[in-house]
Amino acid sequence: MAGRKRTLEAFSFELVMTLVAIIALILIIAPSLVVLIVSFTSGFSLKFPPPGYSLRWYAELWDAWQLHFAAKNSLIVALWATGLSVVLGVAAALAISRSQKLSARLLDSLFMSPLVLPALAFGLAALMLFSLVGLPVSPLTLVIGHTVVCVPYVVRNTVAALAQLEPTLLESSAVLGASRLYTFRRIVLPLIRPGIIAGAFIAFMSSFDNVPVSLFLRDAATDMLPIRMWQDLEGKLDVTIAALSGVLIIATVAMVAVMERVTGLSRRLTN
Amino acid sequence: MGAAPASRDVTSYGMGLAAPLALFFLLFFVAPLLQLFWLSLHNDTAGLHWGLGQYLHFLADPFSLSVLGSTLLLGAEVTAVCLVLGFPIAWLYQRVGPRLQTIIILIVLLPLLTSVVVRTFAWIVILGRQGIINATLQSLGIIDTPLKLLYTQFGVVIALAQVQMPLMTLPLITALGRIDPNLDDASCSLGAGSWRTFFRVVLPLSLPGVIAGCTLTYAAAITAFITQSLVGGGQMLFMPMYLYQQASTLQNWPFASAISIIFLLAVLAVVSVFTTLGRLSRGYGGA
Repeated sequence: MAGRKRTLEAFSFELVMTLVAIIALILIIAPSLVVLIVSFTSGFSLKFPPPGYSLRWYAELWDAWQLHFAAKNSLIVALWATGLSVVLGVAAALAISRSQKLSARLLDSLFMSPLVLPALAFGLAALMLFSLVGLPVSPLTLVIGHTVVCVPYVVRNTVAALAQLEPTLLESSAVLGASRLYTFRRIVLPLIRPGIIAGAFIAFMSSFDNVPVSLFLRDAATDMLPIRMWQDLEGKLDVTIAALSGVLIIATVAMVAVMERVTGLSRRLTN
Repeated sequence: MGAAPASRDVTSYGMGLAAPLALFFLLFFVAPLLQLFWLSLHNDTAGLHWGLGQYLHFLADPFSLSVLGSTLLLGAEVTAVCLVLGFPIAWLYQRVGPRLQTIIILIVLLPLLTSVVVRTFAWIVILGRQGIINATLQSLGIIDTPLKLLYTQFGVVIALAQVQMPLMTLPLITALGRIDPNLDDASCSLGAGSWRTFFRVVLPLSLPGVIAGCTLTYAAAITAFITQSLVGGGQMLFMPMYLYQQASTLQNWPFASAISIIFLLAVLAVVSVFTTLGRLSRGYGGA
């Protein structure tokens, strides 16, 4: 009797947990699917389900030069910010990853703090400092601002990759007479490369998508894609934006698939 | 071991390698924040007269205080929804095979990497007057007039919960993965049911993950400028938009600075409460 009661109880627990998990997973994926479906509408509104399907809004997107211009700016800034984040972030990660010193832990907290502090407050602060020292807003100030908020992803992923690196490998290499630089190039770098690439990928995506820092640090000539989209959406609901969203969703899924192959992204983020 | 030569440790690198990033952060992160703080201590927009006027203005103004209050409440609601929905995902992840595990992670990851404007736009399509929910309910004859879902607290919370879900789920998956599965069996064989085992064994042992997830979700939810402004609309004002309006539209930099500092302090206070809880829970988990 008691045994039966316990299995019924276990069944109720597993049923509730599984159901909630499935509902949550649907909740996560549904919005992207909805936008993707709506973007193929043949009509003029964002009705779901669409009255018919066509590629007309994707064709429309082809001629939307304002969006092209904004996308190009976002891409250039994201590439520079990612490059700078990788150079500065990997060096810093090497220094702090194995150190037990207090200074290493303090630096680690400093480098991670852009993740929790409001980016909008940082954007305003950076704008005020740049105007105080007489540096006008430009693509350069954008790259600097983006690097501050993107570097934590590179540092965190590189530190995680270094933590899984066997110290004995470095010792063996040194015992066999390799110089530190040679060991770094031939042993350390290849082993932590997937971690660096995963961090760089997330940094790139968050720079490309950044609004709060860009809002303050761009000049009038530098239109950024997410800001352009945001301003378009505040005015009216445009189906062209749905098509653009479709392109971004498909590109994201494709890049995540490639990253999963190259770096084992999913394992990397759960360890 | 004691006979090892006193050569340099080949397994670690010098702290000097952190110097470039440290310098970069001093110049472009610490200095701007100090400048922000300095300007917030001025009573006039030109920054000539020192004083606490901006802070007094904020703290004596019921409107400003209500914006702060509703922002902090919003963060709590989003965090609660993420925890309730995110925990079962992490639990399911530990019970399925490696193929399904990868699929779950990629689903959870997708919103983190999709453009925030796109994610928010999707919720406008779903929650709008002619959105999916209203269209479905109307065609089923359940309601006559469309429900107001967009521009409501409910809409903002649900949209933010979807957007921030990975920040909760990923630390939970890590934490649950570290729990010895034998403890689960031990609890069951000692006569505790599944629910009891969950609340008495699994949940307490996963507290570090819960706290890490809550910290990230809370901070992200209250600073989520785009989702708040698009799903909340003009009627609902939260701290980020308040800050942006004062800085950009009204050009009142000292007041915007004071708002920023108060907002920063609020976030830091919440983060340090969570961190303290985390330290206590680690002691609890180890006991």
